[in-house]
Amino acid sequence: MIEYFAIVMGAALLVLMIPVFYRIWVGPTSYDRILGVNVIGTKTAVLLVVIGTLYDRVDMFVDFAIAYALLSFVTAIVVSRYLNRTISQKEMETREKKAGT
Amino acid sequence: MSMIDFQVIAASGEVSLFPLHLLGMFFGSLGLVFFLGAAVGLIRFPDFYTRMHAAGKGDTLSTMLMLTGFGLVTMEDFSLGSWLLFVKIMGVVLFIFIASPTVSHVLMRAASEDDEMPLTEADGKKSSNKGKKRN
Repeated sequence: MIEYFAIVMGAALLVLMIPVFYRIWVGPTSYDRILGVNVIGTKTAVLLVVIGTLYDRVDMFVDFAIAYALLSFVTAIVVSRYLNRTISQKEMETREKKAGT
Repeated sequence: MSMIDFQVIAASGEVSLFPLHLLGMFFGSLGLVFFLGAAVGLIRFPDFYTRMHAAGKGDTLSTMLMLTGFGLVTMEDFSLGSWLLFVKIMGVVLFIFIASPTVSHVLMRAASEDDEMPLTEADGKKSSNKGKKRN
């Protein structure tokens, strides 16, 4: 019964990831895309635990899930900080232009 | 573990874990419902901040519920290894409970410093006027 439950959960997770992929594909701003990537990354950690339940090796797959969650978190933080830095550099340039004129 | 195994365990006089597994399946299904809400919100909301509202809340809660559910489902007995596995999964839940709101906060701050403006009432009026002109 647990195997059927895990199969149904994994399939439903994959199907529900399609709308998030749509948002990554068409997202008007880059922030929408990072948001979608973050959602997919968090849900992939859950999917790893589901796969571990199916293979009956959850003790191994939980470590993968921990590593993947950490990696996804760091990726989202780094990309948003990078965008933030480029923005502040742009602002600095405009301020310098204003001060120059 | 199938239904027959549970009956064997229950007949042999050991503690049956069937209620625990049922609770885990309930948590997993509830998490799926919350993820459905997050996905629908991510598609249908008009604005980055509202989409972040849907994704941040729904994603965090659904991940926590699903992982808790699978932590309960994978408990086969009350041995030390089984408890260690449950504690590890709860560690992932704790990490996501801290990390996901942090990501939402950092993204929101980056977007707001990039002059990404939220939709206002004026935008709604403008778009409805456009619709009327088209008609």
